[in-house]
Amino acid sequence: MSSRIDVSIEHRNVPEPPGKQHPNTCPECQSHYRDDELEAALWVCPHCGHHFPMRARARVASLVDQGTFVEEAAELRSEDPLQFFDLRPYTERLAEAEMKTGLGEAMVIGHASIEGTSCELAVMDFSFMGGSMGSVVGEKFSRACDSAAERGVPLVSVTASGGARMQEGILSLMQLPKTVCAVEDLHDAGQALISVMTHPTTAGVLASFASLGDVIVAEPGALVAFTGPRVVQQTTREKLPEDFGLAEQNLRFGHIDAIVPRPELKPYVSRLLRLFARNGD
Amino acid sequence: MATDHELHLRDRLTRLRSLNLLGGVRLSGELEKLQRQLDRIQTAPTDEEIWRSVELARHQDRPYTLDYVERLLDDWVELHGDRGRADDAALVVGLGKFNGRTIALLGNQKGRDIKERTHRNFGMAYPEGYRKAMRLMELADRHRFPLVSLVDIPGAYPGVAAEQHGQGGAIARAQALMSRLDVPTVACVIGEGGSGGAIATALADKVLMQENAIYTVISPEGCAAILWRDAAEAKKAAAAFKPDAVHCLELGVIDGIVPEPEGGAHTDPDQSAKLLGESLEEALEELESVPADDLKRRRRAKFRSLGVYA
Repeated sequence: MSSRIDVSIEHRNVPEPPGKQHPNTCPECQSHYRDDELEAALWVCPHCGHHFPMRARARVASLVDQGTFVEEAAELRSEDPLQFFDLRPYTERLAEAEMKTGLGEAMVIGHASIEGTSCELAVMDFSFMGGSMGSVVGEKFSRACDSAAERGVPLVSVTASGGARMQEGILSLMQLPKTVCAVEDLHDAGQALISVMTHPTTAGVLASFASLGDVIVAEPGALVAFTGPRVVQQTTREKLPEDFGLAEQNLRFGHIDAIVPRPELKPYVSRLLRLFARNGD
Repeated sequence: MATDHELHLRDRLTRLRSLNLLGGVRLSGELEKLQRQLDRIQTAPTDEEIWRSVELARHQDRPYTLDYVERLLDDWVELHGDRGRADDAALVVGLGKFNGRTIALLGNQKGRDIKERTHRNFGMAYPEGYRKAMRLMELADRHRFPLVSLVDIPGAYPGVAAEQHGQGGAIARAQALMSRLDVPTVACVIGEGGSGGAIATALADKVLMQENAIYTVISPEGCAAILWRDAAEAKKAAAAFKPDAVHCLELGVIDGIVPEPEGGAHTDPDQSAKLLGESLEEALEELESVPADDLKRRRRAKFRSLGVYA
C-alpha cells in the first residue's frame, strides 16, 4: 500500500516515476548519499543544491540553539468525527502514520531560542499523512499563537503540507479560518509571524496561516501553490510555465519575500527575530 | 448495538438542542416549519439524501446570488473591479437596501446559459474576485454597513494565471480581513460551499446554510479521485464526508439552517428568497445589538473552537 494518501504533489521537474527512486537519491542530479551524509548536509544535495524533504524534528534541531526546544501539546491526537472510511478507516491511517513517523500529528510546536533570541515554533512534517491539516494541526497552531502571545515572542512557522485533511471533512476546512483567527489574535497581541514555506506548501495551508506571515520566505525549488501543477493541467489543459508554482515563480510574482537556502535559514530567521524584538525590550 | 445507536442519537439530540437551530424560522406561528426542521435534524440524512443535496445544490435552475439580490434588495448598485487589475464576474459585490437599511452584499455568481457561464467562469473566482470582495468588506467597515455574503462556488479557480496572481494568499487575506471587521457579518451557503474558495468569504458572525446546500473541503469527485482513485465514486465520497447542512450544523460549522421550498430552492425562487430574507433579517437583528468589540471577539472565538481532538 502506498503511503501517498491524500495529496497530489508532483514536481514537474522530477523525472517519472518519482516514487520509484531511493529516498537518498537526488531527483535532480541522481547523486546518491548515505543517511549520515545527507544529515550532515541538512538534506541538501551537496552536488546540485536540491533540497530533500526534512523531518519536523530534524528541522527543529537545525533551527534552534541546542537543548532549548520545549515541546508543547504533544499529547493531542485526532479523533474521527465522521467515522471516515474510504478504502481503509481513518483511525487506521492515523495509527499507521504515528508508527511510521514517531509523531502524534503532522505538526510539532514548542518554544525555543534561536541564536539566543526566544521564539515559538510550529513545524510541519510532510511524512505524517502528507502534512495534511486536520483538527489537531489547527489546534496546535492555534495554541502556538497563544503561547507566543503570552510569552511576548514571535512565532516561526515551517510548513510542508498537501492541504486540508479530507478524512475530517468540513472540519478540516474549518482549520483555515481557525488558524487565520489565531494569527490575527497574535498580531493584535503585537507579535509577528515569520512564515517559512518548504516543499510543498499548498492548498489549505497556503490559503490560511502560511500566507499571513509578516515575512514569508521559501526554500529553493519548493512548490508553493494553491492548486498543484497536475490538477491545474488536468482541469484547465493550460500549458504550464517551466517553474509553475515553484518558490522562484512566487518570488517573481511578489508573493514571498525571499528564497533562503536551508543552510542560511537559521541566521536569516535569527536576524528577523532580532528585528521584531520590541524596541526597549 | 441498537442501544449504542440510540445512545448516540440521544447524545446528538442533547448537543443539537443546545445549538441555535433555526435561522429562518420565526418563532411566531411557524411551528409547522419548526417541526419539519426538527424532524430533519433528528434523523441523520441517509446516503441517498446526502447525494440528493449534492444534486440540488448544483441544480442548473437553483437561484444564484443575483436572483436573491433582485428579490431581497432595493436600490441595488453593483460595484466592479479590484482597483488593481480586473473585474472578476464570478464574484459580485454591491450595496443595497435590505429591509430599510443599507447593507454591503457579496456573492459568488454562476451563469445560466453557456455564454454567461463562460463569462462568470462557472462561478470560480480568481484572486481578483477576492480582492474585489475585500474592497467591499473595507467599504462596509468604513461606513458601518452590515455585510452579507452569499456563498455558491464549486471552488476557487485552479488556473495558471490564478496561481500567478496569488490565489492562496488572496483567500488567506480575505479571511483575515473578515476576522477584523467591526460590523455584523452573515454568510449563507446557497449552493456549493466549495473549499477554500468558499471559506474566503464565509468567516462570518453567523454562518447559515440552505437546507439543500453543501459545504465541502473538496468536491465529492475530487475526493473520490484521490481516496478511491476513481472520480466515479463521488457518491461514496459524499456519503463518507457528509457535506449536508444537518451534519454541518451538528459539527458546529454552521449556526442555522435556512429552509427551502419542498423539492428544492429552484422550484420556487420567490419563496426561497422570502425564507432566506427572513433568516438574514433575524441574524442581522441579533448581531446589530452586539458591540463591535464583542462581535469580533466572539467571531474569532467561534472559529478558533472548531475541531475535534483528544
